[in-house]
Amino acid sequence: MAAPRPMTITEKILAAHAGVPWVEPGQLVEVRVDFLMANDITAPLAIRAFREMGATRVFDPERVAIVLSHFAPSKDIRSADQCKVAREFAREQGLVHYYEMGEGIEHALLPDRGLVLPGELVLGADSHTCTYGAVGCFSTGVGSTDLAYAMATGETWLKVPETLKFVYYNRLQPWVTGKDLILYTIGRISCDGATYKAMEFTGEALADLSMDGRLAMANMAIEAGGKNGIFNPDQRTLDYVARRAQRPCSPVWSDPDAEYAEVYEFDAARIEPQVALPWSPDNVRPLSEVERVPIDQVFIGSCTNGRLDDLRTAARILRGRRVHPEVRAIVIPASRDIYLQALKEGLIEIFMAAGCVVSASTCGPCLGGHMGVLGKGERCVSTSNRNFVGRMGHPESESYLANPAVAAASAVAGRLCHPEELGIRYEEVAGVA
Amino acid sequence: MGRVWKYGDDINTDVIIPARYLFTTDPAELAAHCMEDLDPSFASGVRPGDVIVAGRNFGCGSSREHAPVAIRAAGVRCVIARSFARIFYRNAINVGLPILECPDAVVALEAGEEVEVDLAAGTIRRVATGETFQAAPFPPFMQEILRCGGLVEYARRKLAAQGAQPARATQAAQGAAGGGGGAGRGAAGR
Repeated sequence: MAAPRPMTITEKILAAHAGVPWVEPGQLVEVRVDFLMANDITAPLAIRAFREMGATRVFDPERVAIVLSHFAPSKDIRSADQCKVAREFAREQGLVHYYEMGEGIEHALLPDRGLVLPGELVLGADSHTCTYGAVGCFSTGVGSTDLAYAMATGETWLKVPETLKFVYYNRLQPWVTGKDLILYTIGRISCDGATYKAMEFTGEALADLSMDGRLAMANMAIEAGGKNGIFNPDQRTLDYVARRAQRPCSPVWSDPDAEYAEVYEFDAARIEPQVALPWSPDNVRPLSEVERVPIDQVFIGSCTNGRLDDLRTAARILRGRRVHPEVRAIVIPASRDIYLQALKEGLIEIFMAAGCVVSASTCGPCLGGHMGVLGKGERCVSTSNRNFVGRMGHPESESYLANPAVAAASAVAGRLCHPEELGIRYEEVAGVA
Repeated sequence: MGRVWKYGDDINTDVIIPARYLFTTDPAELAAHCMEDLDPSFASGVRPGDVIVAGRNFGCGSSREHAPVAIRAAGVRCVIARSFARIFYRNAINVGLPILECPDAVVALEAGEEVEVDLAAGTIRRVATGETFQAAPFPPFMQEILRCGGLVEYARRKLAAQGAQPARATQAAQGAAGGGGGAGRGAAGR
């Protein structure tokens, strides 16, 4: 059936899941969902709402994931009790995709296990659920009650968003990653610049980006208020998915003449490594213009930058070097699979020899939960996605968001630092694990 | 009648309820730490019926539903803002925390002054002068959820109507929403 209007990838996915030939921005649709996720913080509230709704069974035990990653391994009795609520529900409902502590951070685990696929519609009770748009699905974060409704019915309601198109021309400069592109973008449009809207990422610079780099970009769409962040699938996407997919899927692509609310064009060749200063992810500056402030801690990990690419990059900087004596450095692979691969490649040994703490997969430090909470007045360079007041600990602590190469170099220097300030040339370390 | 607690733009869910307290879902306990990292005087000073007035993008950041739960449990009658972040907006409606988008009121109202809010009419009255501000009305679909008292009751009725049988089939979505684009540019569906 031919659609009477060209559509963006976001519109096509929403139309297909509403069972209608086409949709347009502003329209309310009731849509079928393909996959749902909750974590140990959001699941307990969702489970309570699910029961209050009078629901007894989830709509499909193969399509609801519960991932314990925030306060897991549990830091105290009360967080253990919350994990227990989630765990018991998963067992009661026979959830096929229940992941215990250490299996991974949800947004690394689900794409890597082939549970979120091109053309699909995914909801997660976590704001960074938008990460999965990197594989060409519509995925968005919701609260626990919305998730409960979807668990019970297999449906949700959404307003079709307008789409903003972000085009990145030219080639990436050395040391510039997906993290830098998204920080740059958020800095340009501000932290409510995409509120209620879809963010579609495209352009030749992104063709060079690994799936890990694209996942980092889509991950931070929410930091601009975006409803979803999304990439049209290319051969790299399809190859990534083909090795992992746990069910068949139907990729879709934006029509060439689709309508966009706005188109932003950026010259990637002019973008250098970026830093978000306290206390907002949109308080972004090029690293060259940021004061080289002394730091107390470095955190390399999280659902934004705890992937294999990120660990390889950090290891290239830290190989044969030592973390500055006045700095604590924490490295957390985002999943067990990533941890195992990093072990095989010798990355974990490099981190340990450099003096880093390496932990099992957890979201702990990113949200000031555990495993790296900051004290009063302390300063951290973090590869995570948020640097709000009190995000990583004391309300008077400060977080600077940066890519893994900058974070690793800063750990060695004891201050914010570009890798080249350590005499490291990109050409010498690129491609070397 | 309640007093105004006034805050700025981009009030995020981390300052509304810091993650270090997310080891509980108990509303009273969450309320005790509400706004702690932004305004330590809020939780002890807020009285039932008070309102929060804030700038753009209120509730940005984390999807934690604990944030509107904490505000509601603290006794806040409603949040009036220039705009709300998308997930927070849905969560507030879903848990029964009234919210109003009203830039004029945000500009005019000052911390500590008394206001009266008529949620059904979407009006905010400044007690000292009688001046009234009109917020944007909720779109029809949102009103339906509010009429049910939130998403839990809305879902309970829907599930009961279906005989509690999980539905996989797609509903007549456009019909249910009153026709394509029928809700206009309202806030529903964020």
